[in-house]
Amino acid sequence: MSSAREDILDAVRRAAGREPLDSPASAALDARIITPVRHLRPAFDEDLTVRFIRKLESRSGTVARVADRAQIPAVVETFRSAHGLAPRAAVGAGLKDLDWPADWTIHYNRAGIEETLSVTPAFAGIAETGTLMLLASPDSPTTHNFVPDNQVVVLETARILRHFEDAWAALRERTGGMPRAVNLVSGPSRTADIEQTIQLGAHGPRRLHVVLVD
Amino acid sequence: MDIRSHEFQPRAVAALRDTSLQQALDKARDGFVAKRAVQVAELSEFEALREAAKTLKDHVLDHLDHYLERYEAAVVAAGGHVHWARDDAEARRIILDICRRVDARTVTKGKSMVSEEIGLNTALIDAGLTLVETDLGEYIIQLAGEAPSHIIAPAVHKTREQVSDLFEQAHGGPRLTEIADLVDAARLALRERYFQADVGITGGNFLIAETGSSLIVTNEGNGDLTQTLARVHIVTAGIERVVPTLDDATLFLRLLARSATGQETETYTTLSTGPKRAADLDGPEEYHVILVDNGRSRMLAGPFREMLRCIRCGACMNHCPVYGAIGGHAYGWVYPGPMGSVLTPLIKGLNAAYDLPNACTLNGRCASVCPVKIPLPDLLRRLRHEQFKQSITPRRKRRALAVWHLLATRPKLYHALERLAARALAAIGARAGRIRRLPGARGWTDGRDLPAPSGRTFLERWQAERGQS
Ligand code: SF4
Repeated sequence: MSSAREDILDAVRRAAGREPLDSPASAALDARIITPVRHLRPAFDEDLTVRFIRKLESRSGTVARVADRAQIPAVVETFRSAHGLAPRAAVGAGLKDLDWPADWTIHYNRAGIEETLSVTPAFAGIAETGTLMLLASPDSPTTHNFVPDNQVVVLETARILRHFEDAWAALRERTGGMPRAVNLVSGPSRTADIEQTIQLGAHGPRRLHVVLVD
Repeated sequence: MDIRSHEFQPRAVAALRDTSLQQALDKARDGFVAKRAVQVAELSEFEALREAAKTLKDHVLDHLDHYLERYEAAVVAAGGHVHWARDDAEARRIILDICRRVDARTVTKGKSMVSEEIGLNTALIDAGLTLVETDLGEYIIQLAGEAPSHIIAPAVHKTREQVSDLFEQAHGGPRLTEIADLVDAARLALRERYFQADVGITGGNFLIAETGSSLIVTNEGNGDLTQTLARVHIVTAGIERVVPTLDDATLFLRLLARSATGQETETYTTLSTGPKRAADLDGPEEYHVILVDNGRSRMLAGPFREMLRCIRCGACMNHCPVYGAIGGHAYGWVYPGPMGSVLTPLIKGLNAAYDLPNACTLNGRCASVCPVKIPLPDLLRRLRHEQFKQSITPRRKRRALAVWHLLATRPKLYHALERLAARALAAIGARAGRIRRLPGARGWTDGRDLPAPSGRTFLERWQAERGQS
C-alpha cells in the first residue's frame, strides 16, 4: 500500500494536471518563500505610539508610560494595589535585573495554576492594531500570557512597529530562528459565546496592562 | 459526526417552530452583520485585500504539493511531526495512536472544525479518554450533547437561560443567570483540566511553509492554554490551509477577523513551531500536525475547486436568510449555511445531502461578503445540476422540470397559461388581497400567504404601458 503522503501529493498533482515540479519551477516558488511577496497594507498617518495606545485601549487594554526601566516595579506596584492583588508575581527572567519590592514573592518560572499576576517583556508592538508580540523563551514563558488573571507587559516604545509585516521582518533578523511560540496579544481575553455579549477574562487574563518604556 | 442532512426538511420546519432557537437567532443575526459592516467601512483597502487574497489562495492551490512539502520539511526541522490522513478514519486512527502511545487520559480541545469533520470526539470518548472542549461555546454544547451550529460561534443557538440550566446541571447550584458569572463558572471548571491534560488538540487556521508554524486565532485564550499546558500538542488541519509565508498569512488575517467577528483582529493570534525547546520553561514535549485530505484533493480536481479558498470565517452564514431563519443544526452536519451546503455534498456525497444545495434562494449575499470571493451561489447551482445529471433529483421534481421545459420553449402556450393563472389567482384572492390556502401549493401557503396578483401578467402590463408612452 502506498503511503498516505504519496497518495495525497499524487492526487494534488493530478488535480493540477502535472508531474512534480521541475527544479526551476521549484526554485521560483522557494524564492517566493525566501523573499515574501509584499501585499497591500492598511495605510495610516497616525503616530505609531499614539495609534498603538489608542487601538489597545479600544480593546480594554490599559497603558502606562515611564521614562526608564527603573520605574517599572513602581508601575506594577500601583497596578497591583489598585486591583487588590496579593504581592506576588511570576516575572519573566528578562526583567530579573529590576529592583523588585523586597516584600514581594517573586519567581522567574512558568506560571502555575494559582498565579494571579505575571510581568513579562514583549519583543515588539504593532501599531496597526495595537498588538503585543511576545516570544516564548526562558525570559518570557508562554504560560505568563494565559494563566494568570492579570498580566503586565513591558514594551520599549522604540519597539513599536507599523505593520505585522514589520514584526515578521524583525523576527527573521533575530538570531535563533523562529521561537517555539509567537503570541500576538491585542487585549485581555474575551468571549461573546453567550448571547453575543462581550465578557472579559474568558480563559486568559481579565486585565492586560502595558508599561511603555520610552 | 453522523450526517443527518437528509432530514433537512423536517429539521428546518422544527427549527422554525423552536421558540428558544428563534430567540437566540434573533439576537445573533444583526450583531454579526452590523459589526462586520463597521469594520469593512473603516478599512478602505478591504475590497483590494479580498481580490489579493483570492489570487494568493489560487496560487497556493495551483502549487499545493510544493508548499505542503516545504511546510512538512520546516515542521520536521523544528522538531515536530507531520502525519498525512487520506480520510476521516485515517485521521482518527493517527490521533488515537498518539494518545495511546503517550498513555493519555485527559484530552483538551480548542475549537477545531476539522476535528468535528473527522468525528474525533466520539472516537476519543469511545476509546475511554476524557475529552474536554475548552472554547466556551464548544463547552456549552458538549454539556448539551450537541454539535456546533455555527463555525465560529458554536453555541449561537443557545439562549442564556439554556446555558444557565446546563451549568446548573453540570456544576451544581446556585443557578447563575448573569453572563459574567456563567463565564467565570466555565473558567473555573476548565482551569484544572488544562493543567491535567495529556494531549491538547487545536485546529490550524493557517500552516506556514516558511517557518513550519501552525497559526490559530482565538478571543478567549483557550486554544493557547490547551496547547501550552498539555504534554502533547496535536494540530488538525485541512491540506488547503498551507500558505507560503508569514506575510501571506497576514493578508488573510486582515480579512478573517473583520469577516468573522467584526473585529480588526482577534485577541490572540498564535504561531506554534515545534515542541518545547531545551531551555524553555513551558510548552508541549511533542508537537504533531495531522494534514487531512478527506475529499479536498478530489475537490481540487473538479469544478468546485474554488471552495478550497474558504478560510472558515462564517460571514456567508451570518448573511444568509435561510441560515438566519433555521440556524445551523438543520443542515445536519458539521458545516452549515452556504459554505456547508457546498462542502457537505462534496465531502459526504451528493446523495447524502440532497436538500442542501436546494435550500437556497440564490440571493447572492454570501458571495458578496465572502472574503476570498467564493462564488457560492454558482457552486450551489452547479451542485443542483450535478444532482440532476446523476438522477438524484426526485422524480416529481424532474417531471416538474420537464413540464417547465416544455412550456418555456413554447412562448405562446406559456403566455396563454400565464394569463389564465393570473386571472384565476386574482379571482381567488380578490377579496382579501392574498391567498391563504392554495391546493397544490401548500408548501408555500402553509408557512405564509401568497399575495394575490393583479389579474394581468407582466407582459400584458408592459405592452399596455409601452403602448401609452
Ligand atoms: S465560504 Fe467565504 S464567507 Fe463562507 S466561511 Fe468560507 S471564506 Fe467565509
